[in-house]
Amino acid sequence: MKNSIGREIPEHIENYGTPKLYEGPFENIIEATRKQPVFNCVKPGEEKVLESIREAIEKSGLKDGMTISFHHHLRNGDKVMNLVMEEIVKLGIRNLTVAASSIFPVNQPLVKYMGEGIVTGICANYMSGPVADAVSEGKLKYPAIMHTHGGRARAIESGDLHIDVAFIASPAADSYGNINGVEGPSACGTLGYAVPDAMYADKTVAVTDNIVEYPACPIDISQEYIDYIVKIDSIGDPKGIVSGTTQVTKNPIDLKIAKMTAEIIENSGLLKDGFSFQTGAGGTSLAVAAFVKEKMKEQNIKGSFAAGGITRFLVEMLEEGLFKSLFDVQCFDMYSIESYGKNMRHQAMSASMYGNPHNKGAVVNNLDVMILGATEVDMDFNVNVTTSSNGNIMGGSGGHSDTAAGSKLAIVVTKLIKGRLPIIVDDVTTVTTPGETVDIIVTERGIAINPRRKDLIEKLGDTKLPIYTIEELKEMAESFSGIPESLEFEDEIVGVVEYRDGTVIDVIRKVIN
Amino acid sequence: MNKLRRTMLFIPGDNPGMIQNADVFGADSVIIDLEDAVGATEKDSSRLLVRNALMNLDLGIVETVVRINGMDTEEGVEDINALLLAKPDGIMVPKATEEYIKIVHEIIKETDIILFPIIEGAYSLETVTDIIRASDRIKGVLFGAEDFTADMGIKRTKEGSEIFYARNRIATVCKAFGVDAIDTPFTDTNDEKGLEKDTLVGKSLGMTGKAAINPRQIEIINGVYSPTKEEIDEAMKIINAAEKAAEEGKGVISLDGKMIDAPIISRAEKVVEIAKQADLI
Repeated sequence: MKNSIGREIPEHIENYGTPKLYEGPFENIIEATRKQPVFNCVKPGEEKVLESIREAIEKSGLKDGMTISFHHHLRNGDKVMNLVMEEIVKLGIRNLTVAASSIFPVNQPLVKYMGEGIVTGICANYMSGPVADAVSEGKLKYPAIMHTHGGRARAIESGDLHIDVAFIASPAADSYGNINGVEGPSACGTLGYAVPDAMYADKTVAVTDNIVEYPACPIDISQEYIDYIVKIDSIGDPKGIVSGTTQVTKNPIDLKIAKMTAEIIENSGLLKDGFSFQTGAGGTSLAVAAFVKEKMKEQNIKGSFAAGGITRFLVEMLEEGLFKSLFDVQCFDMYSIESYGKNMRHQAMSASMYGNPHNKGAVVNNLDVMILGATEVDMDFNVNVTTSSNGNIMGGSGGHSDTAAGSKLAIVVTKLIKGRLPIIVDDVTTVTTPGETVDIIVTERGIAINPRRKDLIEKLGDTKLPIYTIEELKEMAESFSGIPESLEFEDEIVGVVEYRDGTVIDVIRKVIN
Repeated sequence: MNKLRRTMLFIPGDNPGMIQNADVFGADSVIIDLEDAVGATEKDSSRLLVRNALMNLDLGIVETVVRINGMDTEEGVEDINALLLAKPDGIMVPKATEEYIKIVHEIIKETDIILFPIIEGAYSLETVTDIIRASDRIKGVLFGAEDFTADMGIKRTKEGSEIFYARNRIATVCKAFGVDAIDTPFTDTNDEKGLEKDTLVGKSLGMTGKAAINPRQIEIINGVYSPTKEEIDEAMKIINAAEKAAEEGKGVISLDGKMIDAPIISRAEKVVEIAKQADLI
């Protein structure tokens, strides 16, 4: 059967169940429920600090077949997932689902555990490295479920994703479970992705390398949600915690794309007092921010907020008064971490507040402009950021689909050709974000406006921007690269791509080698 | 009027990514470099790369010029022979002399290829008139200040007073022969203000364009060598006044109470022509 954007979805997916088909970005946003967590209350005098991860696992009641969760605020420097898994293996617990907000190369040991039947399910919003490769090769027993950042929060809050035990890497924790991300050797800033888990998991374990005097200050996740605290030597490697990509690009092609994007934003009518903006931490995205910053200064525009993963560049815009506030779900560099610790206007947001479509209004709904990336874009403006040109998983939505749906102007910036392959294609390998929510594609050779956005076509029609149809951009790309051979897939489904509302927007099949 | 050559962007001849995107940077011309940008061991492969790229890529309206290796090397002639098939718009001849230009002219005379000598030594500078006379294919002259100052044994500075005479001479001779005078590149790619200042100096001496060594320099150079909106508006007013006077059979043209004579009209026409070529009107 096909969903509303024509993707073929089986009526039943083995070890997933009966998929609810994607019907449109807002078709399934009517009425929602939140599950009621069941938990053991803590009485006065009870001790929460435990001796070891092993003790925490035992006390949490973790058993075969359960779901455990982890979070990526320590990114590729995270040690917590690997240390917890080592103890789980020693305890002989098997058949677990790992619900991680993201999985990075550092989580490679999962591959071995997948092969041994210790980990049989994975849910993630983003996956890269050896685990993503192993999932793509069909080494995981059950199909991986790819969420969005907001969709994961929705799934946890609704009970679609029940977490038995959440392990939260905590750069600072006091003895009663108040935790924050701004102190200690593994400081990472905000802990936005862990908040829904803390609130809805049956048991929550804070794993820290930095016990601070009670009460911790500030408090990002409070004692009312934490069952146990475990002190270990180190929860993270600082080199891997801070992202290496937070510099404005010097690549002339990327700069050209960024400049055109800023012109689009200026001509969209959205660049005015109260402007709100989100962009990634990549070089091109930051270059867009740099050009937008220039225009805001020239025109004396005072923005409302910037959101998402926060970089030094956005913090400096806050400090210069170009934005009133930042909504930060994760910090990308030390400067942002320090800013979050000292500037009240640099505010944390949970993953639910950020992008959950089934709450009473996510921050993405208030975004004017969102800058997005793409691995592939098709003729319907559907975007793939989940699978690579060889069909294997190499990413995932993260906040891509959430922000595209919420923002008034969702702009995809990409080179027309990457690694000798055209990015604009007839059909994307995997739909991550539906074209219905994508407004403009910007490449170095021209831009394509989604025909649904007649208002934008009109507004940008009078500019000197090189506007083409998406078909023309595709032909342009193919004139340089030729048409690549199509990938061939087996019937086996290795991943299910859930849209933010929990419907299935696509499936990922195993590539025939 | 000559083709607009506000910017001529150097692109390394061993960089397929840059060559493929030669037309997207906004330069009026690109100089694909087989000489200094390519190491001695990569000369053959780069020559093939550039030849095949030019034969197979549609680089739109950007003018493609290839800087060959010096005619005092074996690679120089081999480069030209490869380019006869690839047919770039132009060939740039380093360390130009009258003799070298005559040799290149002989090889390319059956094609439409145009030539750009580089003046990068004292002898070349003092014989620039002979160099330009050596071929009617010459459409512009590039000044190479780094090699020139090395040849002179003088220090190259950002401020550039040491190249004042060379710039002056090249600009004047080029004007006399109706070819473009392309100014030497500004080598500090991170100094945008310095680039603008240096470009303005060249323009004030009569240079008609400037070479760029990084795409990030293009916008600034194009800005300096493009008329401003006010200049375009003024030029349009002058031309309209002249046309109106001609229609009315008036011999004397005036605008806003001032007399307009032929040189003013000619200058206005040039401004409008540049603005048209630069897609500013």
